[in-house]
Amino acid sequence: MTSSAISPNVTSRLSEIVGAANVASDFAQLATYEIDRKLPAAAVRPGSGEEVAEIVEFAASEKLALVPTGARTKLGIGYAPSRYDLALDTTRLNKVIAYDPGDLTLSVEAGVPLAKLAQVLAEHRQFLPLPVPFVNRTTVGGLIAAGVDSPLRQFYGTARDFLLGMEYVTGEGVAAKSGGRVVKNVTGYDIHKLMIGALGTLGVITRVNFKTFPMPLATRGCIARFATAENALDMRHRIAQSALTPLTMEIVSPGVAELFGSDAATRYERAPMPANVISNNEWALTTGYAGNEQVLDRYAKDLQSMAKESGTTGVTILAEKLPPAWARKREFIPIALASSPATTIVKMSVLPMRMKEALAAAQRAAESNNLRWAAMARGLGIIYFAILPSDHTEEYRQQVANATSEMQQGCAKLAGHATIPWAPAQWKNTLQIWGPARPDAAQMQKIKSVFDPQNILSPDRFASPL
Amino acid sequence: MDSQLLRDLKSLLGSEAVLHRPEELMLYEYDGSVEVARPNCVVFPRTTADVLAIVKLANQYQTPLVGRGAGTGLSGGALARKGGILAVFSRMNRILEIDIENQRATVQPGVVNADLSAAVANAGLHFAPDPSSQKACTIGGNVSENSGGPHTLAYGVTTNHVLSLEAVLPTGELIRIGSSALDSPGYDLLGLFVGSEGTLALITEITVKLTRLPEAVKTLLAIFDTLDDTTETVVDITARGITPAACEMLDGWTLRAVEAYVHAGFPLDCAAVLLLEVDGVAEAVQQHAEEVADICRAHHAREVRVARDARERDLLWKGRKNAFGAVGRLSPTYYVQDGVIPRTKLPATLRRINEIGVKYGFQIGNIFHAGDGNLHPLILFDARDEAQFRGVVAAADEIIQFCIEMGGSITGEHGVGMEKDRLMPLLFSEADLDVMRNVRAAFNPQGLLNPDKIFPSKKGCGEIHVRPLPLAGAPSA
Repeated sequence: MTSSAISPNVTSRLSEIVGAANVASDFAQLATYEIDRKLPAAAVRPGSGEEVAEIVEFAASEKLALVPTGARTKLGIGYAPSRYDLALDTTRLNKVIAYDPGDLTLSVEAGVPLAKLAQVLAEHRQFLPLPVPFVNRTTVGGLIAAGVDSPLRQFYGTARDFLLGMEYVTGEGVAAKSGGRVVKNVTGYDIHKLMIGALGTLGVITRVNFKTFPMPLATRGCIARFATAENALDMRHRIAQSALTPLTMEIVSPGVAELFGSDAATRYERAPMPANVISNNEWALTTGYAGNEQVLDRYAKDLQSMAKESGTTGVTILAEKLPPAWARKREFIPIALASSPATTIVKMSVLPMRMKEALAAAQRAAESNNLRWAAMARGLGIIYFAILPSDHTEEYRQQVANATSEMQQGCAKLAGHATIPWAPAQWKNTLQIWGPARPDAAQMQKIKSVFDPQNILSPDRFASPL
Repeated sequence: MDSQLLRDLKSLLGSEAVLHRPEELMLYEYDGSVEVARPNCVVFPRTTADVLAIVKLANQYQTPLVGRGAGTGLSGGALARKGGILAVFSRMNRILEIDIENQRATVQPGVVNADLSAAVANAGLHFAPDPSSQKACTIGGNVSENSGGPHTLAYGVTTNHVLSLEAVLPTGELIRIGSSALDSPGYDLLGLFVGSEGTLALITEITVKLTRLPEAVKTLLAIFDTLDDTTETVVDITARGITPAACEMLDGWTLRAVEAYVHAGFPLDCAAVLLLEVDGVAEAVQQHAEEVADICRAHHAREVRVARDARERDLLWKGRKNAFGAVGRLSPTYYVQDGVIPRTKLPATLRRINEIGVKYGFQIGNIFHAGDGNLHPLILFDARDEAQFRGVVAAADEIIQFCIEMGGSITGEHGVGMEKDRLMPLLFSEADLDVMRNVRAAFNPQGLLNPDKIFPSKKGCGEIHVRPLPLAGAPSA
């Protein structure tokens, strides 16, 4: 563990802003803010957007590096911050500011837990289609900053598609906003889109406005099992060319059943796995869909016949309410992270018709380096490929570095790209976490310079400090 | 204009690709709005290399440069407010690649919106954003303005369908942002550039998603005797969690204008109609159509007609999409607003718009993307009459002010351009605007590209820029 040291003046100034009870500087508390074995010198918990602005302005004047945090479930994404003086904990920003069910719009503070929000929306049979990893803990601001996607992106898109506006604080402590709270709006630049997936490097998100959605009618599922990835992807292509518009569509690799049946998995979803739904030796294509009785019948019938045409070894229609264990698909990443001490997750993006080659290349790379793996792919062309070494040894590090590099080259050949959002802290600086240097890096740097000219916000999470 | 610059442009592009005589320039001094601004010359690039060279010359001669598609915009976004070079992309109109299996297309910016959908219709696909001007407007223009359209209620606006851009920055750098595979790593530059109204870059190539055409479509026309019943129907449809593919409202006055022009069979004696569309798999569409019709009847719809076939459906949509043209037959000029309100506020807002029309003595036709609360009040006036011009601006401002009080916005899809820049401080603080200005300066440091758009100038805050049209043939100011 390394930790930063700051003068007592800093804590006293922070206490002036938020009250002494909301500044932590003792080791036990700071340990909970660890990022890749680094601890901040203090953690500060503002209660309003104004306090956030004051803190950032102060940090900028003292050149203190600051990392905004929410539920701290996804701080492992990317490189560790090169400097980490303050954790700016947003969890006290936990108010639902406005919810207009009739307009299907919502305005919330960044620290609101998604689970709490889901309850508020459910009272009006509405929801946010964001079942992202760590859904039971994550905050709204955290999931936006982390830029994670969810199984429902198949139908609803990602947060980018229904984020209406935002309030944020720049790296100079300026409180500003963009967008609005109506469902259609082209007033000014969409600054809020820049904040999605920026990992807190451009600003501290303090408030977000969303479009909400009516809850779908009865949701059902179909699981079709196949001997090869090629068969499963063939069914994916048939669905894409049909009139069906499923809510979710995923390709599940062999080995995932074992992960989902493990003790680690029950941490994220307690309900037992139904037997024989996915097989540990086979590939599967899973779809979720919703509608009235006739629509559900149509989906079940069409999906079964498409599965047959694609050479299925067996189809299960989940004709009743979806079992809670279905949610394990959503938690593939946390479950994979908990399943090995050195889990490394490669996110590959390719055109849908190149997924077969991308999966084959990744499988070859893992197996030629003697690495255990499991994968979950979204039908739109995103593959989460989990490499599961059994230890942190130097030998494994070398194998993982070789395998991930081969995967990145493989994706580049397919006109796609691959990043390594999660990897063991001590390996990160030897991996190409964000892939090879990008031609638009200079443009990204321009953006960073506008929002955070002193580089105090989550410094270097996008670039290796080495 | 510097005659050496003209010579350089001509030797670069050929003299047939450079216009500079006053009678030629007059064709490019307006767009679909009431704004007027004349460029010093108009150029027609054919390639990205042409665009790069034009940008270099603009820098060398320190001349403003503005990009333009078909000129159908409704906020003056593609007008040369400070003069200079207007680069018209109508000759960069090739569809470069269509990838049916992956549902992608790559186009040059001058490709007409409807042409792309037509090119992929046989494969059961379309480009979903469908502005009413889609038979003329270009995809480059759509990207610059983040255009909407009737079906964006269910399918999303342009930004939801763009995957990557090639563009030339005003500093002369050629950049490529986004990628045809999803989730390009790093900052979402694409999200910033789409909808930046031509103030950050000139777009030279666009990759978009193509969307599968629905299996079944039902188009309904619900006829109402009062405006309140009409707007309350919209509120109720939203509240019950039904998202139609489109939900458009036309008031009785507009309908009569449209009917005289299009002969779509719209009733002439009603207060308003809703044009509603539901689509999807056949089994869902039947049920949704029935639910929507029931809600309309519960709110006293006099009649709910269902289009019997594609021909009837096309006719109804022809009426909607030609409404602005129909109104153009009745009045020398109209001023169209683009305010957005939360949908529950529709009844109150429509009542207020009518009061404002009476107060200022203008006929106001109402044609709305009702489903997403995006209003298009059309205020009829004679732009040659200075008093009327001032009146129309005051009336429009009052409507916009009311939209903002309702928690809404000043523009839903037409853009800020040079028409609404002075209204931006009603929504945004100086700090909000300064961040955006700094972003602009990062990419457009000298402000040569599309100057004086979106952001109010700090000095003349609140100044009204719109001014009366000159009489036909009179030299413009």
